[in-house]
Amino acid sequence: MLPLAGLLIRAPWSTLPQRLTEPGVLAALRLSLLTATLATALCLLAGVPLAWLLARTTFPGRRLVRALVTVPLVLPPVVGGVALLLVFGRRGLLGGWLDATLGVTLPFTTAGVVLAEAFVAMPFLVISVEGALRAADARYEEAAATLGAGRWTAFRRVTLPLIAPGVAAGAVLCWARALGEFGATITFAGNFPGRTQTMPLAVYLALEQDLDAAIVLSLVLLAVSVLILAGLRDRWLGTS
Amino acid sequence: MTLDAHLVVRRPGFTLDVPLRAEPGEVVALLGPNGAGKTTALRALAGLIALDDGYVRLHDRTLDDPAARLFIAPEQRRIGVVFQDYLLFPHLSAVDNVAFGPRCRGLSRAESRRRADDLLTRVGLAEHAGKKPRQLSGGQAQRVALARALATEPELLLLDEPLAALDARTRLDTRAHLRTHLGAHAGPAVLVTHDPLDAMMLADRLVIVEDGRVVQTGDAATITSRPRTDYVARLVGLNLYRGHAEGIRVQVGGGFTLTTATPHTGDVFVAFPPAAVALYAVRPEGSPRNTWQATVTAVARHGDALRIELTGPVAVAADVTPAAAVQLGLEPGREVWAALKATEATAYPA
Repeated sequence: MLPLAGLLIRAPWSTLPQRLTEPGVLAALRLSLLTATLATALCLLAGVPLAWLLARTTFPGRRLVRALVTVPLVLPPVVGGVALLLVFGRRGLLGGWLDATLGVTLPFTTAGVVLAEAFVAMPFLVISVEGALRAADARYEEAAATLGAGRWTAFRRVTLPLIAPGVAAGAVLCWARALGEFGATITFAGNFPGRTQTMPLAVYLALEQDLDAAIVLSLVLLAVSVLILAGLRDRWLGTS
Repeated sequence: MTLDAHLVVRRPGFTLDVPLRAEPGEVVALLGPNGAGKTTALRALAGLIALDDGYVRLHDRTLDDPAARLFIAPEQRRIGVVFQDYLLFPHLSAVDNVAFGPRCRGLSRAESRRRADDLLTRVGLAEHAGKKPRQLSGGQAQRVALARALATEPELLLLDEPLAALDARTRLDTRAHLRTHLGAHAGPAVLVTHDPLDAMMLADRLVIVEDGRVVQTGDAATITSRPRTDYVARLVGLNLYRGHAEGIRVQVGGGFTLTTATPHTGDVFVAFPPAAVALYAVRPEGSPRNTWQATVTAVARHGDALRIELTGPVAVAADVTPAAAVQLGLEPGREVWAALKATEATAYPA
């Protein structure tokens, strides 16, 4: 709590309204919210099926895959950014091909920010959803099968509603992690205002020039995170 | 629509090997102790586990045949299952649970809903259609589960311990209700239970499974009068001995001989009800052909009578009235004389 208190005490409250309306702040905030949300969507699309595979099927190398999924948790984000550059950079494993055939360039773009955030935040979603799947009774899927539901229908109409709280919890953790992402983003996507400069990057940059600006940006990030997490938490508790 | 199956499932330390046939409209009960492999057999029929050997044929279609590398997934089989704890989808209302199957089989939303409403009316739950499973009582949940299984118009109906989760009062009503619906089902039905009463009330034919194998099969009358294993004998409440017959005298082991009503030659079973065994303080004179000395090991209530467990040349259960028990001073350790009329002891070939 002490660092948070420090932030509040040192805040330049008198000039706060004026600083908040600076165009750079709003742009960074908008970009942060947008990329964190898109990264969460990306994690949901890729992570939920991955969690299902890990929880419900057996295939050779499953333990290895599970270990790999959690690697971004322990990997310094900067290293993750370097790894992404090696794969998706202009001269990376896939980057050159993507650029040549599809005309898609990921590094130093907003899409790159989303990718970097998704890479770092994915484990939070997969671990949460896999846990929910393991806790859910697989026999409901069997019951669905005897009623004529294929695997996809059974998953969509039976399993997914049963594990919805776990998916939601994973998505929120994932979103929160994506919102605060710094290392992988600055390495892979750079720091271009309006395009790849998210709030954490703006805070870091401001810190080198203007401490008060950094404090204001940090406060904004803190307020947004707390508001959204608290709001979602209440909603779950209300419905569950 | 005939079910013709030979179910072979191998697990470490356990092999299920059960031939099974059920004609259209016939209800077959798989009866056996816990761990006998009944539920495994049911899951193999439903396609929830694959056979290791044997086959499952329903009507003219082979559903599982490992030798031919053929396996039809459960969702492709037309088999309705009522699970032991029902497995109603907790997030769907009763009517949506029932409509789930028809929806998966390609019916429109409205059509599925209509069929579900119709089925819920038939099982007497029309006014509970909108309730979630957790708001239903055990008996109601069982009916919804039955309606859900019937909604896909299955060719084969499977029921796993359909009454096990219910209390005694609900059980009686639900059993009668289930009997009606099983009677109305055109295809074969297979019922798994460890309760002989459920099996005899609901099924046309009983298949007794012990330790993964069929030990006896037949209708309720045959099973109750001529048990062939200790488990079945205990189920139907008979004393059962295996022995060697020469005429009306049967050697049942330990040098002990029982005299029976009908002459046989060779290996036979001898069965008689506990109520046929009379107990005396002193050796009885006169008519009973079988008398022996025995020691009481246990006394327990059994309906209106007391069931006395005795050891001696043979272990035997006897039913006596409470008054007689008091008069004889029956308690563990008491020595008595047991007598059995030859006419009460039935012998039949082993």
